[in-house]
Amino acid sequence: MSALAVRDLDKSFGGLRVTAGVSLAVEPGERRLIIGPNGAGKTTLFNLITGELAPDRGAITLFDRDITRVPSRRRPHLGIARTYQIITLFPRDTLVRNVTLSLLGLSPLRWNPLARLDGQRALIGRAREVLARVALDHLADRPLGQTSYGERRRVEIAMALAQHPRVLLLDEPFAGLSIEERRDVLRLVTGIPRDVTIVMIEHDMDVALDFAERISVLHFGEVVVEGTRAEVVAHPRTREIYLGE
Amino acid sequence: MSVWLVLAVNSVTFGGLLFLLSAGFSLVFGLMKIPNLTHGSFFMLGAYLATSLIAWGFDFWTAAVVGGLLVAVFGGIVERFILRRLAGAELAQVLVTLGLSFMVADVCLLVWTGDPIRIDTPAALRGATSLLGVGFPTYRLAVSLIAVVFAAGLWALLDRTRLGAMIRAGVDDADMARVTGIRVSRLFTIVFCLGAWLAGFAGVIGGPILSVYPGLDGEMLPLALVVVILGGSGSLLGSLVGSFVVGFLYNFGQAMFPELAYVVLFLPMLIVLVVRPQGLFGRPAA
Amino acid sequence: MKGIALGAALVALATLPLWVSGTFYVNIASQILFYAVFALGVNVLAGYAGLVSLGHAGLFGIAAYTGGKVLGAGYGHLTVAAAAIAVTLCASAVFAVLALRGTGLGFVMITVALGQIVWGVAYRWIGLTNGDNGVTISGRPAPFGLSLASPRAFYWATLLVFLLAVASMAVFVASPFGASVRGTRDQPRRMNALGYNVWMIRFLAFLLSGLWSGMAGLLFLYYNQFVSPQAVALTASAEALLMVISGGTATLLGPIAGAALVVVMKNVASAYIERWNFVLGAIFVVIVVFMPEGLVPGTVRLARWAGTAWRPPAGGSRGAPRLRRGAAERMGGVGGHVGAPHNNIEP
Repeated sequence: MSALAVRDLDKSFGGLRVTAGVSLAVEPGERRLIIGPNGAGKTTLFNLITGELAPDRGAITLFDRDITRVPSRRRPHLGIARTYQIITLFPRDTLVRNVTLSLLGLSPLRWNPLARLDGQRALIGRAREVLARVALDHLADRPLGQTSYGERRRVEIAMALAQHPRVLLLDEPFAGLSIEERRDVLRLVTGIPRDVTIVMIEHDMDVALDFAERISVLHFGEVVVEGTRAEVVAHPRTREIYLGE
Repeated sequence: MSVWLVLAVNSVTFGGLLFLLSAGFSLVFGLMKIPNLTHGSFFMLGAYLATSLIAWGFDFWTAAVVGGLLVAVFGGIVERFILRRLAGAELAQVLVTLGLSFMVADVCLLVWTGDPIRIDTPAALRGATSLLGVGFPTYRLAVSLIAVVFAAGLWALLDRTRLGAMIRAGVDDADMARVTGIRVSRLFTIVFCLGAWLAGFAGVIGGPILSVYPGLDGEMLPLALVVVILGGSGSLLGSLVGSFVVGFLYNFGQAMFPELAYVVLFLPMLIVLVVRPQGLFGRPAA
Repeated sequence: MKGIALGAALVALATLPLWVSGTFYVNIASQILFYAVFALGVNVLAGYAGLVSLGHAGLFGIAAYTGGKVLGAGYGHLTVAAAAIAVTLCASAVFAVLALRGTGLGFVMITVALGQIVWGVAYRWIGLTNGDNGVTISGRPAPFGLSLASPRAFYWATLLVFLLAVASMAVFVASPFGASVRGTRDQPRRMNALGYNVWMIRFLAFLLSGLWSGMAGLLFLYYNQFVSPQAVALTASAEALLMVISGGTATLLGPIAGAALVVVMKNVASAYIERWNFVLGAIFVVIVVFMPEGLVPGTVRLARWAGTAWRPPAGGSRGAPRLRRGAAERMGGVGGHVGAPHNNIEP
């Protein structure tokens, strides 16, 4: 049983076929890297998996459960979490409040109009724990707007980890980071236990290759090369796409 | 039977007037994303200005054009010095236009007092014309004709001229248009003035039919709103179809269900909103 | 410090009729209080959910008219209140379902249309609402035998409702649901991705907003002993919005201050100025253009700026104009179409 599988996934915008019959299967605990030139359809693929976009054709399964028709707001409850290329967090709120909101999203407490949110010690305690996992607990009470870009990237990951996902989708987690910051994030990501399956989109080869076990190469919406890291790196088509043309 | 015919003619006339009013509103909303709540005021202001112009000796048609021009100038000032300051903050722009509409309404009350003012039908168009053996008020036919002429003219403007192409580009994607070098800010001002002129002009030629009175702005604005929601913003065809639909709904509704006139008017709009939110001819979102 | 200020304010409010001379001012105070309740209700949507409604006078009016009609049919005040609130909640639900079909500007336009429908019914459906002549009632409730006929008694009753509203708002704001609502204002797409049901959150916020708007409408009816289409007009919704915006949407105090400002201006100004509408419009324009975050924060900001006199402000520009930045966020990117389906999350 694969953790995440898509079958013949298709999506077009007007005349443009952004996702062209994509099929792939990610095993539980696997570290999959999705690469491809700009416009290959990587983020669209993620949007289809999380349900923010509806596919024209095809199916998506999560641990063998068909989630193609499941509304996007339900999918986090089933164990899918993602980070975004562009940081869309809550700048006026503190880090701990940001993560608390993430935890709240899966909790029935989110409908409660009477309790005091700041009084939910168990919940907030868990939020601080998650921040500690990404080494940001010392900034927990700082407003997000006053943190650095690198720190915000880690908050993004914290937000996703807080929801205890079974499948974690990371969309260009290293974008815009300094070398040191990248090392930190890489350490963070490789430190995630194997009960979380990770699929990562990345552009930056150096860091990403370290992380990947299997790689899928996307080009014009199709998977053109897939295999282990060694296989993909050696594959002539990969060279062609990235160096040739 | 002739009652229905009269209602029908009135509906067509009213639809024509509404088109002149809503075309500007629709363009402004489509291009600048501002539901210009001052639009009803433009209509009323044009009519009031014309009453004064006529009183000073100008003839009807000159008063109509000049009245429209004065309103256009006012609109230009509003756009250039207030709306442009708030570029990007559409909510703020809506609220400002609302505030301005209150101000204009009170100024009109001050200047022209609260009594309704009749604008006389221009002499040449008084009386009735016989069409297919039935007599129709000449003026109402003329108004319908004018609306059609303007519809054609606007269509030609949008479809055939460079300005029109720029406007259409702006409606489609203002940011992209900027990137391609189109002076979008100036385009905004031009379109806003054009819309204001059309509204003011409509107010004047509607004068012989509706008269001018305080509250006219509040009566016309929701109608323009309904037209644009029904027809889709930024669509000329949508404004045209929507105007006539509303014209018919309004007149027949008032005649047949006077107590529920507003419901008859707004219910289809609400239905369209539920079933097809982008309006009959609007583009689907994203 | 805050507790002391609050306590002092409470004492002042509670004893107001004792140290304010003349029923005129006690009545003004009552008006401020129930309009503040209305403004707090509008702010649930405008300030906390990021949804600006220009049709809320419709809900206010529906409560007032329902109350008037049920009272006129001979029912007791308790039934009247229950009926008014129930009908207003139903109307809020209908408003919400329709208005939430639109995003940003579409939402505003739909609420305008809805408010106009209510006005149209109030004005034209003479059989139901008596048209322009309005609905008149006689008498105020006498809970536990205490008559509310006198201005003082009515003031205290209104104060009670006001305090209840403020307390419930405070609880709501501090609650997980309140945080959810604010989250949908700031990052609706993100909230959806985190597992929240954004539409349902907005819908419930609308109901909460309608509840308090209705309560205010009911108080309005008992205060004036009368309701007319005037109460449901676009100007009424605009005034409510002005209260919220002028005071500032980010705090509980904002709408209250805004209500005080508008009511005082209206009553005082109309004694000297005939052209209240002009003033209303001008205030709107000035505030939106120069103090978009509201009078309360804006005056603070301007005072600070004036205080630094001839030195340019250290932190750069004029702070974060909430109306503008929030508006730009709220209205979405290019293409804020009327009626764009809400749950359509763009790619």
